[in-house]
Amino acid sequence: MSVNRSPLAIGFAAPALALIAVFFALPVAASLLLSLTDFDIYAIGDPATLRFVGLANYAHLLRDPLFWTALANTATFVAVGGPLSIAVSLAAALAVHARLTRFRSVFRTVFFLPVVTTLVAVAVVWRVLYHPRVGVLNGALAALGIPPLDWLGDARLAMPALILMAVWKSFGFNMVIFLAGLQAIPERLYEAARIDGAGAAAQLRHVTLPALAPTLLFVAISTGIGSFQLFAEPYVMTAGGPSNRTLSIVLLMYREGFRWWNMGYAAAVAFVLFAILLAVTALLWRLRPREAGA
Amino acid sequence: MSGRRRLASLALHLALLAAAAATLFPLLWMVSASLMPAGETALGPRLVPSAPTLAHYRALLGRLHLLRSAANSAVLAVSVTAISLAVNSLAGYAFAKLRFAGRDALFRALLAAMVVPGQVAMLPLFLLLKSLGLVNSLWGVIVPGAASIFAIFLFRQYALSIPDSLLDAARVDGAGEARVYWSIALPACRPILVTLAVFTFMGTWNDFLWPLVVLSDADLQTLPVALANLAGEHVQDTELMMAGAVLTILPVVIVFVCLQRYYLRGLLGGAVKG
Repeated sequence: MSVNRSPLAIGFAAPALALIAVFFALPVAASLLLSLTDFDIYAIGDPATLRFVGLANYAHLLRDPLFWTALANTATFVAVGGPLSIAVSLAAALAVHARLTRFRSVFRTVFFLPVVTTLVAVAVVWRVLYHPRVGVLNGALAALGIPPLDWLGDARLAMPALILMAVWKSFGFNMVIFLAGLQAIPERLYEAARIDGAGAAAQLRHVTLPALAPTLLFVAISTGIGSFQLFAEPYVMTAGGPSNRTLSIVLLMYREGFRWWNMGYAAAVAFVLFAILLAVTALLWRLRPREAGA
Repeated sequence: MSGRRRLASLALHLALLAAAAATLFPLLWMVSASLMPAGETALGPRLVPSAPTLAHYRALLGRLHLLRSAANSAVLAVSVTAISLAVNSLAGYAFAKLRFAGRDALFRALLAAMVVPGQVAMLPLFLLLKSLGLVNSLWGVIVPGAASIFAIFLFRQYALSIPDSLLDAARVDGAGEARVYWSIALPACRPILVTLAVFTFMGTWNDFLWPLVVLSDADLQTLPVALANLAGEHVQDTELMMAGAVLTILPVVIVFVCLQRYYLRGLLGGAVKG
């Protein structure tokens, strides 16, 4: 047929492509330019005050202790929270998938529930659970004879507290991906392993985990990208404190750009975040398991 | 079942039940605390209300304009979902079943663009919307949220499975391209449309950063933004905040529990084929 080659064809894609071009591609390109200017609150009122400053924002960024703090905090959140969340997801998937397990779909739904909840709302709830005096968490610790902890007020505990909440909120997502990966493993691989005398632990190590490697790559990349964009948890629970110990890169960008209107500087922060995400994705992609012939 | 197997099964189910209880606990406690009389959570760690009351829900819906925020959230979630389904299904269909110059290169470019985090576009997008007069307007959330590369991708993957012969048969019968899309392709893609609707609705409802930036007027705030403000202003009124959190979460939880089959399929479609 030749009808579907008509000029009309691109018309179907045009509305979406136009929206993406105007409201995504254009701003991304403009963001790069913005990061090379001193766009601030005065430029909003009078664009004539805008000046091209070259890489000055990036140079400033590298000298800004607050940026390094935000980067270190975000890196901690990614490097500790990411693997922890993936490990919990994998354990949950293995338990739900186990041959002996009954009511699988009930457990799956329950573990997935935090994923669909509104992040801001559960952050508000966890802030109360973490309360040093009346929080339920310290109440439970007291029952075990452990003295109360100032979860969100102690500089050493605030980030671990955010990580704990984030793991609770997110592990169900990767669990579902792992479950799909587990279901795709052919039963004959396990039969062959059993014939070779492999016990449950050996089957897990030599059959299940290698078969899940491609799934693990997807999960690692998507979890890494998501974790680098940490924002609502510190915004609601700690406001970046105590003493900036939970200030994240996106929270820094939000403050600089939308609180102080230092948009040139904030755009530079956003681009550094983008560069880091690209680098991390490329690194993980290089680590991907290569199948013969693939 | 052998004794050992029975023991293993018992241990496994106890572990699963403990994990399920821990997962549900914050949500159950939220509901319980929202029913406590004012000030009860400040007395110490409490699990159940001494005298359950709906006073906080009444206060939120009456006094504090939360009803307004709920309406904003609902309008945004429904309109973004409707517009998004229209434009992304058209594009996904075109990329799957129509031929036009540069189609494949364009599609590859879209996929590559998925690595760009949304925050990078945010600052110029704000300035653009400001110049268009769309800041502090619900359109400022609807218009940039309508087109989604992920949605185009998911729809395309599904539409690829429609047999070409089905579409050609309709063309032979004299149907125009718009008619083929509307009467043949869309009905065949119904399941993925439901999936996309659930995804978009929940994503828009739960979104925080962009509505926080664009809708600062008290009358235009979405539920999550209003709740974050409430949590900032009324730090002492814990029970009131918990009621606000329940009202914010309830709609998405209901949508998920009713339509989780579709939601999970979309998630897996993106993961497995992506």
